[in-house]
Formats: sequence, C-alpha cells, structure tokens
Amino acid sequence: MTPDRWLVLIGGLSLVAFIVWFFWMNRAKGVKASETSSGHQEVMVLVKGGYTPDTIIVRHGKPVRLNFRREETASCSEKVIFADFKKSADLPTGETVPVEFLPDKPGEYEFGCAMGMFRGKLIVE
Amino acid sequence: MGKVVEISGDAKRSVEAVKQAAQPGVTHIDLVVGGMTCRHCPPKVEKTIQDIKGVKAAQVNSSTGTARIDYDPNETSASQLAGAIRSAGYSPGTAKTRFLIKNMHCSSCVVRIETALQMTPGVVSARANLGPNAVDVEYQPAVVDFDGIRRAIESAGHKIIEPEPSQIKAAVEDDVDPEEAAREEEYRGLMRKFWFAAAVSVPVMALSYPDLIPGLRDWMPMGSETRRIVWALLGVLTFPVLVWSGSQFFTGMWDGLKHRSANMHTLIALGVTAAFLYSVVAVAYPGMFPKIELAEVFWDVTTVVIALVVLGLALELKAKGRTSEAIKKLMGLQAKTARVIRDGKEIELPVEEVIAGDIVQVRPGEKIPVDGVLTDGSSAVDESMITGESIPIEKQVGDEAIGGTLNKTGSFKFRATRVGKDTALASIIRMVKDAQGSKAPIQRVVDLVSGYFVPTVMILGVLAFVAWYLFGPEPRIVYATIVLVTTLIIACPCALGLATPTSLTVGIGKGAENGILIRSGDALQTSEKLNSLILDKTGTITRGEPALTDVVPNGGFDEAEVLRLAASLERGSEHPLGEAIVNGAQERQIELTDAKKFSAIPGHGVRGLIDGKEVLLGNAKLMRDRGITIEELNTNWERLAGEGKTPMYIAVDGKSAGLVAVADTVKPDSKEAIKLLKGMGIEVIMLTGDNQRTADAIAREVGVDRVLAEVLPDEKAHEVQKLQLEGKKVGMVGDGINDAPALAQADVGFAIGTGTDVAIEASDVTLIKGSLIGVVTAIEISRATMTNVRQNLVGAFGYNAAGLPVAMGLLYPFFGLLLSPLVAAAAMAFSSVTVVTNANRLRYFEPKRSVK
Repeated sequence: MTPDRWLVLIGGLSLVAFIVWFFWMNRAKGVKASETSSGHQEVMVLVKGGYTPDTIIVRHGKPVRLNFRREETASCSEKVIFADFKKSADLPTGETVPVEFLPDKPGEYEFGCAMGMFRGKLIVE
Repeated sequence: MGKVVEISGDAKRSVEAVKQAAQPGVTHIDLVVGGMTCRHCPPKVEKTIQDIKGVKAAQVNSSTGTARIDYDPNETSASQLAGAIRSAGYSPGTAKTRFLIKNMHCSSCVVRIETALQMTPGVVSARANLGPNAVDVEYQPAVVDFDGIRRAIESAGHKIIEPEPSQIKAAVEDDVDPEEAAREEEYRGLMRKFWFAAAVSVPVMALSYPDLIPGLRDWMPMGSETRRIVWALLGVLTFPVLVWSGSQFFTGMWDGLKHRSANMHTLIALGVTAAFLYSVVAVAYPGMFPKIELAEVFWDVTTVVIALVVLGLALELKAKGRTSEAIKKLMGLQAKTARVIRDGKEIELPVEEVIAGDIVQVRPGEKIPVDGVLTDGSSAVDESMITGESIPIEKQVGDEAIGGTLNKTGSFKFRATRVGKDTALASIIRMVKDAQGSKAPIQRVVDLVSGYFVPTVMILGVLAFVAWYLFGPEPRIVYATIVLVTTLIIACPCALGLATPTSLTVGIGKGAENGILIRSGDALQTSEKLNSLILDKTGTITRGEPALTDVVPNGGFDEAEVLRLAASLERGSEHPLGEAIVNGAQERQIELTDAKKFSAIPGHGVRGLIDGKEVLLGNAKLMRDRGITIEELNTNWERLAGEGKTPMYIAVDGKSAGLVAVADTVKPDSKEAIKLLKGMGIEVIMLTGDNQRTADAIAREVGVDRVLAEVLPDEKAHEVQKLQLEGKKVGMVGDGINDAPALAQADVGFAIGTGTDVAIEASDVTLIKGSLIGVVTAIEISRATMTNVRQNLVGAFGYNAAGLPVAMGLLYPFFGLLLSPLVAAAAMAFSSVTVVTNANRLRYFEPKRSVK
C-alpha cells in the first residue's frame, strides 16, 4: 500500500465515523413546554429543514398546543402529522398553525411530515 | 370636503360620548358561539368566559347557541371575549369583511375609524390599514349589518367605497387558493432554474469532451494551454448554475444539517460539489496530477445533474398538485354568495355572512349556499357531488337541503340551519383533509428506513470511493470520484417518502368523490383485508321504516277498495304502521275519505265509520272478540308473517274484507351489494335484534347465509368480538347511533349516514348515501389504493436497492459496467416523478358499480 492509499483509507473511515456520530448519536435535549394562562402547555415550533425544537417535553393529562410556523416552501414539510394522536395540520408557509391535543398516557411519541423526512419527538411525562 | 370635516367633528364627540357613558357601568353583549355540539360544552364556554378579568356575568344558552355576557369595557373588550371563546375551541359567530375607505390618509384617521367601529355594538374587532386604504372588520352579523358598519365609519367622518353587488361577487370569486398560488410560483421558479441550467449544459457538454469531437481535438489538444483556458471559462459558466439553479440543494442541506438530519438535498449538494471541486482543482493545479489525463473536468456533471434534478422537482410538484384534486373539487362546490331575505327584502350576501336562521332563496340552476330545511316551494336537487347519487332528489317543505348541491328545477326558500364551518360540506372537507394527512400503518416501515437512509448512502459513497482508490484501475482518483458522485446522486429518498402519502391522498379523495368518507389511512389499509362483514338489518339492509307491502282482498272486495278503507281509517292514527298504510295508498293514488267516530283500541287495532260503514283494522284478537270469521285468510296470514311482514285484518260491517301487510322493506340495491361483497370473497353476516323468523325472511330475500338474530343492542359489540376471536378481520356496517360500540369494536366500522349527518364519530368509514353499494366501493377503493401503494414501495425500494450497487461499481469487475453520473441524475429525477404519476393513475379508478 502506498502512503496516499493509507491516507485515503484512514480519511474515509474517519469520515464514516463522523457521519455516524453526527447524524445518529448525540441527540439534542428536549424543550419543556411552558404553561400559558389558557391552561395549555404551549411550544412554538419552527419548521425549516426540520423542527426547532425537535424534542418537546410535556406533562400528561394537560392539553398541549404546539404552534407550528413553517418558513420554507419545500413541499415535504407542508403537513405535520401526529399519528399517535390522529392529528394532522396543513402548514401554509409563513403562517402559525396551532395543533392541539391531549396526551393522556406518558411515553414517547414521534411526529413528522408525511414523507418521514422531518421528524420530532414528543416526550410525555 | 368641508362637509366631511364637519361630520368628523361630530363623530369625535359622539365617540367620546359613548366612551364616557361606558366608563362607569357594565356593557352587555350577546355573542354567537358556534360548535357547541356536546352536553358539557355550554358550561365549559361559560367557565372560560367567566374566568376573564372584567366579566361580571356570563350565561350560555345551548339552544340558541349564544352567550350573554356582562362585562366592564375598561377591563376587557369584545375582541378579547371572542378570542377566549376561540381559544376554548369554539367559534365565535362572527364574519370578517374588508371595507374600502375613501380619503384615509393619516394615522389619526385610522385611530378614529377603529375607535368608532369598536364602539359599535356587534363589532368585535376593527383594524384599519393605510396601505390598502381599507378596514378589516370582524363583526356579528346577527347584531350589526353592513349598514350599521357603514354608519359607524361615516360617523368617524369617512366614506366607504360602495362595492357594487357584482363587485362583491367578483371579489369573492377571484379568491385564488393561496396554496395553489404558492405552488404555481414555486413551479415557475424551478422551471426558470431548469432552463438556465439546461442552456449552460449544452456548450459545457460539447467542450468537456474535446477528444471525442474531431475539430476540437486539434484546436485544444490534451494538456494544451487553450484547453485549460476553455475549461476555466466553462467553470466560470458553471458556477452560477451551481449557486443559483442549485441553490435549493444547499439551503436544504444547511437547514437539515442544523438539525443533524440529512435529506435528498444533502446528497445532491454533496454530489455536485464534489464534481465541481475536482474540476476546479484539475483546471487550477493540473500539475498536482501525476498524469495529465487525470486533470479532467466534470463541469457537465454539475450542470446536467442540477438541470435534471430541478426538472424532476418541478414535474413532481406539478403532479403532486393533481393528487389533491378531489379536495379542490369539494372546496369548489361551496357557493360564493347567497340570496338572503332580511326585513322582507332579498339581498345578495357573501356566503360567510349567512347566519343560522336566515331564510335563503334559491332559484333554478343555483347552488344551495348552506345547509337548511325547506320552508317554501319545492324542487329537484342534484346531490351527486356530495352523495354520489346521480338522480336528482325531490325536495318538499320540511326536507333537508345540503349546502353545495345544485338546485335543478324549481325555486324554493329554506331556513339555514348550519352555516360556515358547521355545514356538511365543510365537515366533509375537514374530514377528508384529516384523513389525507393521516398515516397508513404500512408507512411506519418506510419511516423507519428513511431516518437512516441518507446517512447510509453517504457512508456507502465514502466506502465506494475508498475501495476504488485502493483497488480500482488507473486513473484511480478519477474513477473513485465518479463513483462517489454517482452513488450520492442516484439514491432517491424522495421516491420512498412519496410512495405512501401520495397514493393515500388520491385514494381518500376518490372515496370522497363517490360519497364515501374514509377517515384515516389506517381504515383504508384495514378495509382491504376484511374477510367478514356484519350488516345491521334495520336501517342498513332495510330502509328502517315500515312500508305497505301486500293487500289481500276477501269477501267480494277488490284490492283498491280494501286499501282505501284501511288508509282512510288510519289517516286519523299516528301509529307508524298506520302511516305506512296511508303512504302506500297515496303512492297508488287512491282517493281517501274521512273516517268518523275514529277510535283506537289499544293492543288490538282501530275502528271508525267510513261512508256509513263500520270498519275495523287490527289483529286476530280484535276480529275474534267481535265474532268475525277470519279462518279463510289463515293461509295468507301465515305466508305474510313467514316473510317477516306484519299482516293486519280488515273487516267491514262485521264481515272480513281482507288483509293489509306492512314491513320494513329492503333497500333496492341491498341484494346486489351483498352479491358483490360475496363475489369479493367476503363473508356476509346479518345482525339484528328482531326475531329469528323475520330475520331469516329478510336474509333469504337479500341472499345472506349467516344470521345472528335476537341480539340485544348491547350485545352487538360482543358478537363482533366473537367473530374477531375466530381470527377474522371484521367490518361492521350500521347507522352509527345505536351501533356505535359495535362499530368501534370492529376492525373497520362503516356508518351509513344520510344527508347532512356526516360527522359520525364512531365510524372509520362514513357512507354519505345510505346505500350498501358504498361498502362495496369503499373496499374496492381500499384494494386499489393499497395495490398502488405496494407498487410504489416495491418500485422505490427496488430502484434504490438496484441503483446503489450499480452506482458503486459492483458490476464493474464482472461486466466492466460503470454508471455515468448523468444517467444517475436522470434516473433519480424520474424515479420520484414515476411514483407520483403512478399514484395519480388512481384518479382514473372507477367503482365497478357506482352508487345510484
């Protein structure tokens, strides 16, 4: 093996390790929903290339209102779906759309776009 | 002008006066609250309102749907109250309209107009805007009308630009769907980017392979300075393609990376960047390469890949727009204006302003604007767009009119009962949209894959590069680069992601077009697998109301005479069986006479005098008690009872005159539907609370083999469960009211609705037209959609599974085959278009037997 080959091999493998670490490990911590005067646990979610925040922590038994605001035109993100709560909402670009539901069982619930490219997690405590 | 100023001064004073008057006391307001459909709603709304600071008292009346609120205007406002109702999940019954204002130039005018409007009873909020010279008013049509608002604006010293009725119409009709407009705009943007990339691609392609073109080969030989300069110029040309035509790939990649996620954009952006950077190095530092042949450029890869993928995105966008055609059609059904009669005058209003209780006039050929009940006139109405029923329905006073349907022949007036988002059409649209946004269970597999897909492709690309660099043929660096770029570009996560949702959208839309509301992707997927279907008898297989079926004359009477006597007698009765006899006689156009001395004999029947003769109608006991011989009718009585009918004896002046029989009759297409269901391999079971004999008779008539009779209402769910324990996928068809637990227990619950009653909660599928054929169509649609989904998934998975190894060069050692990045780009772009196009094929689905 010539030195350039060693270089490419080591470089390639470290790149693979980086991809694995970057995309699959080291998930961001969730954001706790704050309770508003109307009795809802509210969180503002920005939709742009993903959900910010993408992990939301709420308490069970209290109504949740997630205000989605989509700031992109990619058609993938035009819907957000909470399959476990049978809820979905159209997200027109530039509008804030509230999604309301009542999580009554603790657990982790995924939400995302219709194609599953964008995903977020709702942790019910 | 002077006059206007004068009025303005007055108005200022009057506004002040109102403010003054309002200060110490308490203001009263009646707000209309929409959406209070449940028993616990009114107290909930009341509580919500009472919790607002400044509210003295609040009382909600559920029958009128209004909230009477006393509040202190210094502490809260009508718009706050309306906002609270809205946040509690109900709609304050308000309308929004924009008024154009003349000569509104200063910000003080804005304040003045807003204040004047806010002081007007019935106005919930007002926001004036200098830009368009308009004020947006949210108001309660029940309290204040256009005139009231105009007076308020005039009192503030301004005039509104009076819109002509035709202008109102035009303004509301010109309303372009913003989603549609955004989609169109994006499409045009993508096409501009495509044409630019395509135009640049032509010279770039030609000049990138000078060795293949005789004239160019000599003009710019390999390693020459000319070639380097030409290639550098091509690079300059390619750069704008990369940063402009390909911009969405970079922004898409960046947005994703911020969330530590990767998408299609990531792959394309990395691929074209790799190709571009290699070319830059090749032109800038050709000396770096051991051989001059290695100093190749891939400008063509950059431009052509971007052109093709952008074209693919544009085509996909176009095709996706078509998948939601059904919902657009439904939204297009909504009438824009309504002729409402207020204060005895007929006025044309935008449909948003019609309130429940308004009397609406509909002329022939017009759309019915909202839901209601006919109060005057009659007509035939085409309801095909809602129910799928193709024959126009005759409507008389007291019948329901459905908003969005088309009035054909006569003109009539009706009282609006449900308006705005409460109409059947609005509920249907909402339900279809919700369903289209739901996920089929099959999608979960895809979701699992797509989370790992893109990073995996990136890893494969890197590994392929390393492998080719280590073991590949010379020039290794060129081959390795080509393989890396091709691998990144050929992978198509979009095809995977689009496979299920696009088919689902089309399939559920198709259902709505046929009067079938499929409530979720789950229901759609499960319907396909049903192998057992339980049909409730009453109201599902049968009409659910008795009708006259047989007349058997006796003792010298003829059929018409027997029926005339029976119906004339029963006209005074309010018994449903009696009603059936009267209706039967009217259908046969028999003239009825009045009965005298009518009396009901409880548990026996009725008696009365007709044309001076004493007529008796009732059961055998009634006849025997009066010593009337009925033995000669025994065979007929037995036969009719055996058919599940209810026969009644009739006697005239102490002599038996015959039998009339009534029964719950089978709907005309039940038999055909059951035959079709059996043909589809589904076991059909009838479930009823009726006795075995009646049940068997109906079962024989419609061709059902298995009957579960004498089942108490609360046992129905249990029967469903028993079948499920046999390992069957059980569907249940019922009316959704008495059968709710059974519908919920079944794997798929089909509710048979009628007319405007579509919001049946317990069901997975609602059949708007009360025909069993709808169940057949629903299952057909489910099967067609799921087949389509499977085709898409197999195609998308197969494409990626086959494309990736080829791109990585696995075939090269055996066949010397290596994919060009250009071919990979074309394949990738068209694979997602193919998936969407295949889903669109579902639009041409026709049910074998449409609901008639």
